[in-house]
Amino acid sequence: MEFMQLLISGLANGCVYGLIALGFVLIYKATEAVNFAQGDFMMLGAFVMVGLVNPHFLGINFWLAVPLALLIMGALGYLLDITILRSLFGQNQVAIVILTIALGFVIRFVTGVIFGHEPMNLHSPLALGDVRAFGVVISMADLAVIIVTVILTIMLWQFFQRTRLGLAMQAASQNQMAAYYMGIPVKRVQGAVWALAAVVACVAGILYGSKGSLDISAGFIGIKAFAAAVIGGFGSLPGALMGGLIVGVIEPFASRYLPAGYGQLAPYVLLILVLVFRPHGLFAQVRTKKV
Amino acid sequence: MRFHFKTSYDHDIRLFPDWWNFSAYGALLLAMVSLPLLLDSFFLSEVTNVMIWAVAGLGLMLLTGQTGQISLGHSAFMALGCYTCAILMNAGVPFLLAFPLAGIITGVVGALIAVPALRLHGVYLAIATLALAIITEDIIVILRQWTGGVNGMLAPDIVLFGVEVNRYVNPEYWYYMVLAIVIIVTLIYRNLLRSPLGRAFAAVRDSEVSAQAMGINVARTKTIAFGLSCAITGLGGALMGLFAGAFNNETFTFLIAIQLLMMIVVGGMGFIHGAFLGAIVIAFLPQGLSIVTDSFRWMSVPGLEFGVFGAILIFFIVFEPMGLYGRWLKIRTWFELFPFARRDMFRRQKSYLKTERVR
Repeated sequence: MEFMQLLISGLANGCVYGLIALGFVLIYKATEAVNFAQGDFMMLGAFVMVGLVNPHFLGINFWLAVPLALLIMGALGYLLDITILRSLFGQNQVAIVILTIALGFVIRFVTGVIFGHEPMNLHSPLALGDVRAFGVVISMADLAVIIVTVILTIMLWQFFQRTRLGLAMQAASQNQMAAYYMGIPVKRVQGAVWALAAVVACVAGILYGSKGSLDISAGFIGIKAFAAAVIGGFGSLPGALMGGLIVGVIEPFASRYLPAGYGQLAPYVLLILVLVFRPHGLFAQVRTKKV
Repeated sequence: MRFHFKTSYDHDIRLFPDWWNFSAYGALLLAMVSLPLLLDSFFLSEVTNVMIWAVAGLGLMLLTGQTGQISLGHSAFMALGCYTCAILMNAGVPFLLAFPLAGIITGVVGALIAVPALRLHGVYLAIATLALAIITEDIIVILRQWTGGVNGMLAPDIVLFGVEVNRYVNPEYWYYMVLAIVIIVTLIYRNLLRSPLGRAFAAVRDSEVSAQAMGINVARTKTIAFGLSCAITGLGGALMGLFAGAFNNETFTFLIAIQLLMMIVVGGMGFIHGAFLGAIVIAFLPQGLSIVTDSFRWMSVPGLEFGVFGAILIFFIVFEPMGLYGRWLKIRTWFELFPFARRDMFRRQKSYLKTERVR
């Protein structure tokens, strides 16, 4: 039963990683850039929710606050794009990588100034109660995380495969100039994808906040989400979720069965192994460019 | 405006293009040598600190600025250089031998790590190196038998030509030692850029496909770039650890690697001067901030330093992508061409991104 218990908690953690990884993949798919601030977006989303819901801030009803928080984060993502990121339109990835790292620092600083550095709890109705089934205890929050993540991944996947906007995003990433010729408003599409990624980050943040306490360094789990995205293969949405689950499941087992000190290495070692043997992830979409 | 009339091919690759340039650097060298006469020991050690950061920054600059590969894991190589140097010195190897050896070992390990990392480019390399930087902290703890783990290590005493070099007893010796190392590293770097290898670096940076078409072995070039970059950064790390006096697993966190990256961006990507200008910013920013927060109490917020770092970095990438040195170039060109300088001379070329993906 211990095995099942570890598996369930790993899966729930993995879903949060997967959700953050989804954000990376969304932006990568549509703009060919990687948002190193995605983890901090998640942290910010969680804190926006705290600001709306917790009694000593605004104290709004949780279910009312969820769409509001998503809206705020979406608007913020779009604003960030039109104010800062658009000026780097078409430039190479290195500049954008450095820019988003810096953005992460600023977000962390601003959140720290507003909400303080103490750990906080989100007053979430999901955080209450457990479900007992087949001898394992599953908390409601874990269950909610798993269900929401799976639904969201399927929705986003279908969005990219079927809707006009999703296809426009893919086209915009593959060849910006050709996309322009085809009449796609590339810049606006990029703004839309940053907004979408911020919304996904906010969902991840709300779920993460429901699972336990929150502080401003929560964004650092974004690094594990990187591992997830790479293992799944950047550019594949279901891959990101699978990668997240793999990282999430490996973690508790490694810290349980490996000697102390080696456990926390496991996700990164796996990441490096994947990069060495299957550099473009388990669900690869990348080929080397030919002349 | 000075005109260079080229009468031989050597003019293109000279170390100094003309006498004016040569005398400017000569004057700088003279000023640096006479600095200990002018400054007290506190400011002298600050300047030493700037030069140490500059050495580490030059290492990253070689990789990111010249070869176009981004690394977020150079703190790992700083740690490797630092621990290697200290362990060798504790084993009785004199500093004069242990220090270059630390650089060489770091370079070889870096090149070995680069072999798989080569197959990656851009973002993948950044993530792989970031992972490396993060596991370094844990690896140092696991190897506590040699590294001292969480308790850390004390830097062994440096003895150079029979004289003990101690930061507190004779700071000017430390200063001269670091100055000598900086000059040697800068000369190596400068000469590297003039060699075929340096040209190959630039070719790989600008377009891997075209470089390959010109007959450059891209994989080999990248491996060498990574190895050399790690070697120089390792030297910087060794100096930093020895200068700090004590170090443990938390001395070289991945935040150091990100600071290095910020440094070269703020200073000016792809310029040797950029590493030095960036080092000045990185080393003096905390001091400057603490002076500001002392006079304005309300500004002393925890985490301010990294918030300001981030804001400066965003400002530079958006408004001054060529960094401080780029700004200097623009000002100089404006004066040299006066009154014919045009506003758009340094304008970023409009470009469109194309994917490397097939589907």
